[in-house]
Parts: sequence; C-alpha cells; structure tokens
Amino acid sequence: MAELVITGLHVDVETEHGPKEILKGVNLTIRTGEIHAIMGPNGSGKSTLAYAVAGHPKYMITSGSVMIDGVELTELSVDERAKAGLFLAMQYPVEVPGVSTSNFLRTAKTALDGEAPKVRTWPKVIASALETMELDPSFSGRSVNEGFSGGEKKRGEIVQLDVLNPKVAILDEIDSGLDIDAVRMVAEGINRYAAQGDRGVLLITHYTRILRYTEPTHVHVFVDGHVVASGGKELSEELEIDGYDKYLKAARS
Amino acid sequence: MSTNDQKFNSHLHPVPSWELADHAEPTGREEVWRFSPVKRFRDLITTGGAVTLPVRVTAPTEVVVRQVNPAEAVELAFDPPVDRVAAWAALEPEAVTVVEVPRKAELIEPITIEMTGDGSLARGHLLVSVGEQAVAKIILRHTGSGRIATKVELAAAQASRVDLVSVQDWDAGSVHGGQVSVKVGKDAQVRTIQATVGQGDVRLVERAEYDGPGGELNQLGMYFVRAGQHVEHRLFVDHVDPHTVSHVDYRGALQGKGAHSVWIGDVLIRKTALDIETYETNRNLVLTEGCQADSVPNLEIETGEIRGAGHSSSTGRFDDEQLFYLRSRGVPEEQARRLIVEGFFLDIIGRIQVPEIEARLVEALNHQLESIEGVARESLLSEES
Repeated sequence: MAELVITGLHVDVETEHGPKEILKGVNLTIRTGEIHAIMGPNGSGKSTLAYAVAGHPKYMITSGSVMIDGVELTELSVDERAKAGLFLAMQYPVEVPGVSTSNFLRTAKTALDGEAPKVRTWPKVIASALETMELDPSFSGRSVNEGFSGGEKKRGEIVQLDVLNPKVAILDEIDSGLDIDAVRMVAEGINRYAAQGDRGVLLITHYTRILRYTEPTHVHVFVDGHVVASGGKELSEELEIDGYDKYLKAARS
Repeated sequence: MSTNDQKFNSHLHPVPSWELADHAEPTGREEVWRFSPVKRFRDLITTGGAVTLPVRVTAPTEVVVRQVNPAEAVELAFDPPVDRVAAWAALEPEAVTVVEVPRKAELIEPITIEMTGDGSLARGHLLVSVGEQAVAKIILRHTGSGRIATKVELAAAQASRVDLVSVQDWDAGSVHGGQVSVKVGKDAQVRTIQATVGQGDVRLVERAEYDGPGGELNQLGMYFVRAGQHVEHRLFVDHVDPHTVSHVDYRGALQGKGAHSVWIGDVLIRKTALDIETYETNRNLVLTEGCQADSVPNLEIETGEIRGAGHSSSTGRFDDEQLFYLRSRGVPEEQARRLIVEGFFLDIIGRIQVPEIEARLVEALNHQLESIEGVARESLLSEES
C-alpha cells in the first residue's frame, strides 16, 4: 500500500515581517498506483507543499495532517519521513563535496532498510540505475551533484528514486530546465517507478510538457496556497490552451 | 632585482629583508599580527639562543641533497623574510638544507622531508628547487615538539609540475611560526597542500609569486583546531606576470573553547598581470560553541584586463540545505553531519595520493570528530577511500 493523505494543511514561512501563510488548507489524497499532477503558476505555493511535506526547516506546519499509510509525517523528523516511505526529488538538487553518490546512497539505503546493502551487488545496482538514465558509470564515484549539469542533476534524482524505491515520490519541477530528450527520459523513469503498481506519485510542475510522456490519473490546479480545481488529464489540456488566468482571476476576486 | 622592488608596493606587506634588525618586534597592534596571540610566539620573536631543527630528507637517487652555509642560502633564495620570525629562522647558524630536483627528472617516488622538533627552541631553513620540465612531489612533515621557526622555499622552474604537501603535525605545547614561499615558473604547474592537523599553535605566512607567464598555482589547505589552539595561515599571491592562474581553497574545522583559526587571503593583481585568473575561498566549519574563525579574503586589483578574479569566505555550522538533502533520503541527522564534514576534508585528502600521509590525515580527521555532539561517532567514508 502507498497512500498519501494531506488534510487541511496550513504552512507558514518565516519572513522579515514575521510568519507568512503560504499554504492555506491543502487537501489531497493519492491512492496506491495513482499519479497526481499539481499544476500552478509561479508563487502559488506548490513547491512549498513539497518541501513542507518533506520537513524542510524553513516551513512551519501550523495545522493539518500528512499521512503515509496511516503514519503521521508532521510529527517526524526529515529522515524519519523518508523512512516512512517518502521521497522528494528536488528542483535544485544540492551539491555535497567529497561524498560520492555511491557512498551517499549506500548510507541512505542502509538507514532505510535497517541493514547494509550487499557489498557484492551494490555497485551493480548503482551502475544499472545510472545506465538507465544514460549517466556515465563514473557518476557513482563522483561527489553528490557536484559539477553535474542541470540536466544531470535531474536525471540523478531519478537514479536515486530508482535505487531507494520509496512508497511515495514527490517530484518538484523535475522537468524544469530540461531539453525535450531529457524530459522524456525523466518521464520514462517516473513511469517505470509507477508501473510497479503499488507506489504513489505526486508530480509538481509548471508546464504541461512532461504530462505528454506520463499518464497522470489526476490533475490539480494549485493557486494561492490550495487546490482550486481537480480533474483528469483533460484539465492539463485545458491549461495548455487557456493558461492559469481564469484561476488567478477567481482567486483575486 | 626588479621583482623585489615591486614587492614593496602593497601596503599590507612589510618590506622583506634578511636582516633581523629590519623587522621590529611585533606588539600585536600591527595589521599583520593583529589576529595573532603574540605572547605565545614570544620565543620566536625575541630570538634567543636556539638549536638547528633537524631536517631529514629521503629522496630518489637523482635528487641532490646538500648543505650550504647561511650566506650561500641567501644567495640561492628568492624571497626574503617578511617578518621577524622568518628572518630569525633564516639566520640559521649551521647548515641550511638544499634539495634540488634536476631538470627533466620525473620522480615516481615522493621526496620526504622530515623536520622533527625535540622540545627545544629551534629553527630551520630549507630550500627546494625543481628544475625545468621536472615532475616531483614533495612531502614536508613537521612532527615532534618545540618552539620552532622555519623558512621554506620552493622554486618550480619552467614547465615543471610540482606538488608540495606540508603537514603540521606537532605535539601538544608546540609553537611553530614561519614563512613558506613558492615561485611558479613559466608554464609551471604547482599545487600546494597545507595540512595543519596536529596540536600547538601554528602561524604560517605563505607567499607565492610567478616567474614568467602561464604559471598555474593551486593551493589547498585544511586545518583542525581544538580548544585553546591558534592556527593561522596568511596567504599572499602576487600576480605580476600575464596569463597566470591561482586557485586557493582552504577548509577548517574548529571545536572547543578558545579554538581560533585565522585565514588571510591576499591576492595582488599588478598592472602587468594581464589575462590572469584567480579565485580564493575559505570555509570554516564550526563544530561547537566557543570557537572563533577569522577569515579575511582580500583582492587588490591594479588592472581590469583579466580573465577573472573572485573570492568567497564562509564560517558557520552545518549547511541546512545539505543536511536537508541528505536527510530527505533517509540518512539520520548525525550521520548526515558526519558525511558532510568527512566529505568536506576527504575531498582534499584524496588528492594527496600518498597513502601514508592520507592515512595520517584521516586519523586526524576522525580524532577531530570523535566526540562532537550531533555528529555520528562512526566514520562513514574514510574506511573505503
């Protein structure tokens, strides 16, 4: 089972003028096997949703609940949330000098599984995940994200998704800054992950492009810190033509 | 001696001179001494009677190792002392050690130079030169204890490729001050790694100059500072020649009450230094409360006709974004910190490529991290690197 249930989520961010509310009551249920796309204009708070759910210290959850398979995430630390099955592919993956990708993922895998992966097969696991994303085997020994191009970082996030295989994956603008071939490759990675059948995907994006290569079961429009419309893939097609204007006007009035 | 005349230009740097009398005893109010605990370096300043610091050289057969007298050493040297400690170190009463790598020699094994303190007040003067097109790696190890003043020079001739690894690994209670000067020949590639990882107080003035266009200098540094310890690296890179490159990257970790590090990074880009590139960075990881890291990058630019010049400096606790990233993959917080700090230093240690030295630095790193609150005790990376 892999069910992510977000209920009445309110989130503040600290500013110079005190706390500012970014998320204003988010309700969202992603059931096992579903791919949800959240689409919204810049500044709508969709990335905040991703980071708040993952437990970034910059965001304060003031009320509401986030559960994976009945486990309340908001009471857990960042790494405990990962252990509960959550994964966040970040828009800007962070560089960690001197820590090789292989060592990092082995440390993560050990923490998630409670035992170290087998020494003999581990390099093959990494090599195969890299190969699938068309990254050179040398990335295994290179420092985490250091010196990677923008596209390599995004593909690296999918490599991690593949290797760590969480219950629920949130992908924050995984398609931004990618050329069309890379978008397709990343989308295929998401499809492979989802095809296991017992996972959940929350795909956060500004553009409809990546949705051409994935099959979202649900599409949500996110404006002003909450979901304002939900539907199927047809909703993304409507956004492709009309943009967010209609929703932004409604939010302002 | 036109380059020496030019040396006088920069207001941050005292007039170099071999004469002890030209260097007044510092009081601590001078710009170049204001971060230093002058009292602790007193014995190196008041310049009492001293013994010669034993210098033991282990080198491949093609390397010439000889002794010269102080007057000959002054003739061979290129960079006069810029402070009293170095001037006194160079007033070596006995023999000065000279190490010469012949031109075109390509050394496979490193040259190891041991400077070992026996607890006394001691001084040492060392001159290393690497001939044209030669390739050499030089390991300079400072061990033992004492109050030690050193003056060290490395001259890398045209098109040579040289690594200088200097490890300050003193025992408790030691005091070490001195000057290390590097000259980068035309089209030469020089890399220096300064690792101050032992105990005691250390204050090093590190100077670099070029001898012709096209020289490349990479300076890496790492230092571990513990309670009550003072570790100071004062760098000066003097870009006179065009098309020269300097990259400086020093990293420190501090812990314990009164741990104090100082990093000064001065880069002077003279009018003649066209099309040069320079970047310097200093990062300090403050592992506990009560430490102080002073970090002062400084660029003096006399021409805008350059490829690039920049610097950065940061001092603080762990980077929140790195911690969040690692933890979001399930790595527990204490292990995430351990990964970050080990990676931070192994990144430099791994470039030395001398197993024995790398092992010692990893050991020092593990020692520095052994009982830090919030940092996992078990090493996560160093075992297999």
